[in-house]
Amino acid sequence: MTEPAIQLRDASLSFGPRALWSGLNLDIAPGEFLAVLGPNGSGKSTLLSVLLGQQRLSSGTVRVAARDAAVRGVRGGLAPRGMGYIPQQGVVDFPHTLRGIDLVGLGLDGHRWGLGFRGAAERRRRVAEAIEAVGAESFAHRPLALLSGGEQQRLRVAQALVGEPAVLLCDEPLLSLDHVNQRAVSDLIERRRTEAGTTVLFVTHEINPILSYVDRVLYLVDGRFSIGSTEEVMTSDTLSTLYRTDVDVVRIGGQIHVTGPHSAVCEDDPHHPHSGARP
Amino acid sequence: MKDFFNIELTLRLLGLDFVQNALLAAAVLGVVAGALGPLIVMRRMAFAVHGTAELAFTGAAAALLLGMSVAYGALAGAVVAALLLALLGGKERERDSVIGAVLSFGLGVGVLLLWLYPSRAQNKFGLLVGQIITVDSANLMVFLVSGAVVLGVLAVVYRPLLFASVDPVVAAARGVPVKLVTPLFAVLMGIATALGVQTVGVLLVIALLVTPAAAACRVTASPLRATVLAVIFAETAVLGGIVLSLAPGAPVSAFVTTIAFTIYAVCRVIERRRLSTTRTSARVTTETATATEAHR
Repeated sequence: MTEPAIQLRDASLSFGPRALWSGLNLDIAPGEFLAVLGPNGSGKSTLLSVLLGQQRLSSGTVRVAARDAAVRGVRGGLAPRGMGYIPQQGVVDFPHTLRGIDLVGLGLDGHRWGLGFRGAAERRRRVAEAIEAVGAESFAHRPLALLSGGEQQRLRVAQALVGEPAVLLCDEPLLSLDHVNQRAVSDLIERRRTEAGTTVLFVTHEINPILSYVDRVLYLVDGRFSIGSTEEVMTSDTLSTLYRTDVDVVRIGGQIHVTGPHSAVCEDDPHHPHSGARP
Repeated sequence: MKDFFNIELTLRLLGLDFVQNALLAAAVLGVVAGALGPLIVMRRMAFAVHGTAELAFTGAAAALLLGMSVAYGALAGAVVAALLLALLGGKERERDSVIGAVLSFGLGVGVLLLWLYPSRAQNKFGLLVGQIITVDSANLMVFLVSGAVVLGVLAVVYRPLLFASVDPVVAAARGVPVKLVTPLFAVLMGIATALGVQTVGVLLVIALLVTPAAAACRVTASPLRATVLAVIFAETAVLGGIVLSLAPGAPVSAFVTTIAFTIYAVCRVIERRRLSTTRTSARVTTETATATEAHR
C-alpha cells in the first residue's frame, strides 16, 4: 500500500476534563473521500484544525504527508501548503472592496510575504483557470458581498483548489445552500478528486449530497467514534451504539435518513459521560 | 475674507521654506494614509483611529511638559495606544467599548498635562486642530523616516495582512499568523495617526486616514484600485487643504476635511449610479445563464 496521505495514531484531544475523542487511529489513502459526521460539538471541525496544525493533539501523533513535504520542500512563505480549506458559507462577512478574483488570488499566494509583482502574469493565468474550472467567470469580478451563497461557495472551491492541494479539507461547505448549489459545489469537489487524486476530508452533518462519492465515514459522537464504509457505519445498530439511544437509519430512494439522535442527544447534556470513548 | 482666493498671495507663500516643508510632510502623510486607509476600512477600525489619535495627543502633551519633541511624544503615545487597543479589544463585539474606555482616559490625562504646562497656548490648541505650518526640518525628518518605515513594512506584509483582514478563517487555515498581523497593523496605523495628529490635529485625523479610503471603497471593488484612489484622494485633500488655507491664513483642518468630505459625497453618488446599472446587467446575465442552461 502507498504511504497514507493522513495518518493519526492513538490520537486524543481533550479540553480540560472533556475528551472530544481519544484513541483515534486513522489512515487516509491518497485520493480517498472521507466524510466526517456527528452532532455539533463532537470535534469534527477540531479534527480539521489538528490536520492544519492549528491545534495540538493532547496525545498521539498526526502526520499529513502533503504538509510535511511542503514544509520541507518550499521556501519563502508560510506553512502549510499542499492543503486546501473550504469553510462554510457566511463564516466571513466580506467587505465591499473584495471580488471573487481577489479571494481566489489570496488562496494562491495570500500567505506569502512581499507584494508579489514577480510572476503576476502567471498568477493571473492560474486564478483565471481556477475560476473557469468552477464556472464562476460571469460573477468573479463583482463584489463578493453582493453574490449569492452558491456563487460565494463556488469561488471558495476555486480559492481552495487554485494552490493545487494534495489534501482538501472541507468544513460544512454545503451548509445554508439550496439543493441545486449543494449538488454543484460537491460535484466540483468530487471532480477534483477524480481528476487530480486529491484526498478529501468532508465535515458535514448531512451525508446525502455526497453519498455517492464517499469512500469511508468517520462518525463522532460524544468522544465515541466509528470508522468504516457507509454501509458499515450508517446502520441503526452502529449509530444506536454511538448515540447510546435508539436511532433508526432508514434508506429511502438512495438516500439515508437518520431519525432520533439530533433531538434525543445533546452534547451539552450533563447526564452523558464524556469519558466513554471506545477502546 | 477678501484674501480667500488671492492667487498672488498664495503663490508668494508657496515660495517660502516653511510652506514647502509643510507640503512635503503632508505629501508623505497622504501616501501613508491612502495606503493604510482601505485596510482600516476593511478591518472596521475607524473608531480605533480616533482612539489612537486621542492618545497621540496625550503623548504629545506629555512631551511638551517634559520639554521633548512633540513629534516623538505623539508617536510614542499613538503606538502604545494602538498596541493597547489591539491587545485588549480582541473580540470584535467588545472593541467599541474598549476603545471608548481607553480614549476617554487618555484624553483626560492629556488635558491635565496641558494644564500643567505653563505657557504657549497656541501650541496646545495646535495639537487638537493641527499645526502643519510649524513643521520644521527636524520634524520633516521624522515624517520622512516614519513614512518610509510604514510603507516598507506594509510592502512586506501586504498580502498576508489583506488575507487576514478580509478572510481571517481561511487565512488562518493557510498558515497566515493572524494573531501577529493584528498588532503589527495596529502599530503601522499608530505611526500614521501620530503623523496625522501633527497636520490636521487629533480631532480630524479620521479625515485623512478613513474618509479618502471610505470614498475609494465606494467606487471600486478592487483592493488595489481602492488603494490607488485612496492615495489620490488623501493627497488632494491634504495638499489642496494646505494651499487653500494659505491666503486667508485659516486653520488647515477646515479645508482638508471639507475637501475629503466632498470627495466622499461625490463617491457615494457615483456608487449609487454604478450599483443600479450593475444590478440591471447582473439580472440580464442571470437570465441569459438560465436560458442557456435550459437549452442544454
